[in-house]
Amino acid sequence: MNRIARAWDSDIAWSFRHSPVAVVAAVVSLGMILAAILAPWIAPHDPFNPASLNLMDGFTPPGQPNAFTGNSYLLGTDDQGRDILSTILYGTRISLFVGLSAVLFAMVLGISLGLLAGWKGGWVDSLLMRIADVQLTFPAILIALLIFGVARGFIPPGSREQMAIWVLIISIGLSEWVNYARVVRGAAMVEKNKEYVQAARVIGVHPVRIVARHILPNVMGPVLVIATIGLALAIIAEATLSFLGVGVPATQPSLGTMIRIGQKFLFSGEWWILLFPALTLLALALSVNLLGDWLRDALNPRLR
Amino acid sequence: MFAFILRRLVQSAIVMLVVALVSFSLFRFVGDPVASMVGQETTLAEREALRESLGLNDPILVQFGRFVGRALQGDFGISYRLQQPVMELILSRLPATLELALVSGIVAFALGITLGVYTALNRRGWLSNFIMTASLIGVSLPTFLIGILLIWIFAVELQWLPSFGRGETVEVWGWKTGLLTPSGRASLVLPAITLGLYQMTLIMRLVRAEMLEVLRADYIKFARARGLTNRAVHFGHALKNTLVPVITITGLQLGSIIAFSIITETVFQWPGVGALFINSVQFVDVPVMAAYLMLIALVFVIINLTVDLLYYAVDPRLRVDRAAGH
Repeated sequence: MNRIARAWDSDIAWSFRHSPVAVVAAVVSLGMILAAILAPWIAPHDPFNPASLNLMDGFTPPGQPNAFTGNSYLLGTDDQGRDILSTILYGTRISLFVGLSAVLFAMVLGISLGLLAGWKGGWVDSLLMRIADVQLTFPAILIALLIFGVARGFIPPGSREQMAIWVLIISIGLSEWVNYARVVRGAAMVEKNKEYVQAARVIGVHPVRIVARHILPNVMGPVLVIATIGLALAIIAEATLSFLGVGVPATQPSLGTMIRIGQKFLFSGEWWILLFPALTLLALALSVNLLGDWLRDALNPRLR
Repeated sequence: MFAFILRRLVQSAIVMLVVALVSFSLFRFVGDPVASMVGQETTLAEREALRESLGLNDPILVQFGRFVGRALQGDFGISYRLQQPVMELILSRLPATLELALVSGIVAFALGITLGVYTALNRRGWLSNFIMTASLIGVSLPTFLIGILLIWIFAVELQWLPSFGRGETVEVWGWKTGLLTPSGRASLVLPAITLGLYQMTLIMRLVRAEMLEVLRADYIKFARARGLTNRAVHFGHALKNTLVPVITITGLQLGSIIAFSIITETVFQWPGVGALFINSVQFVDVPVMAAYLMLIALVFVIINLTVDLLYYAVDPRLRVDRAAGH
């Protein structure tokens, strides 16, 4: 109880309570994450079960009964009779899964390499930072696309579809590790010459332990900010790649895949197939982004 | 000066070599190059002969050297999917991409500066507030959604503009251009806006911030005290001094325009190099992928090298810092 009270009184919590944008963004993103996790239980239909799909149900407008079957869907159905609402719930799940995994991968890789570069210095440092410099000159989405394309080439054709999601996670992760590595490296270089680290070295603490216990906690703030904004970027990257038709396979639609499908029916007037997934993606990316912006300002001591 | 240029050149060469290595390993290790060239009835002996004549039995380093040599001459082999020389394919599609990138770059630059100056001069106006808010939304919207939104409004609902393709093209000295026909120009509008919007908001915000900074400077106060017209102060003194960083950033953004053209070309079925690349990724058309990889790396290396050298030429502080630091 004491702990919760103290957390409630902290600077961060205070700044959070006094920023309506942050509260709304947090509620929206948490709500969507929760809905995505609970998708199998709250979705009215199972879009991955071909047995439950009825082609006659295809193109049902939102909220109106279908002309042939009389079935009614809150947000309508797509060309194959899939309930849009359920597909969005499952699609958000896949988008979030890819986004979170990619961020986690980028974070672990970036922190490890950043610590290594900052702690070791020397040629390891120069090599890693040279790679980072080169990578930063290319836009992240292009890097992810190129890595995805190259990696796909190396996978045997039979397992391409089922491996796609993992290749996607790794490509997006690899395209974003640099930001973490730079911040962590900078902090590690500053901290390693401080007296308490020197003292720990003198009494013979293992370097890995020093890095984990003394240096890492110093960078968790900025890393958290990068991770939040990175999540928004990763979600958009995943949606973009899936939209381009090189991401998640169409059998397991993510939000980007749904938008790609919906675009085909724009001219024939079935606007709902496109609109609802697009709005979902927008709400998700925007709320996570705003949350990241707020976190950056709240953790920045110069703005206090 | 010479050492600096040399270091940059060596660095660029290393980047190109690494990219070439990736391209080469794509070529060599994705599938069997022989199997993708011959029919089913080819005998084993014939395959072996082909393998020998292609030099696939040579040491890897020799093969890599040959690959680099051919790449330098623009020879990337034949596309698996379209059965045409890769370089021919890319060259035939390059005008479409370059025209799109050029037009959207110019639009982004011109509009970005105009809007940036306007919002800086009328900081409290409702129109400025509206523009700033709209630009915030513009930055957070994914490019492909902007494209779809524009298609929905201007092609489906209003039916003012075409939603796909380049329209009619005419050939001028071997360059297929869409800029000279009415349908070609109409087709260019939506893709150019989609591609330029992000860069435009970026330039606009930069110009606004720089202008606000410069307008507070002493020499602006002095210019006003001398009784110069607002016009002379704003455009002759203030804008001129904001342009240096703006031009640098715009130069660096050229690369992003090429990267995002992949997305825009897919949304609008624009027959450019980016769309060619996406198709080649879907079909694992290795020669096209490898060539695109090299091409894009070359473009980025050239842009960065130019910007670095320009910096060096423009900013004397850089020279002093270098000398002191190393």
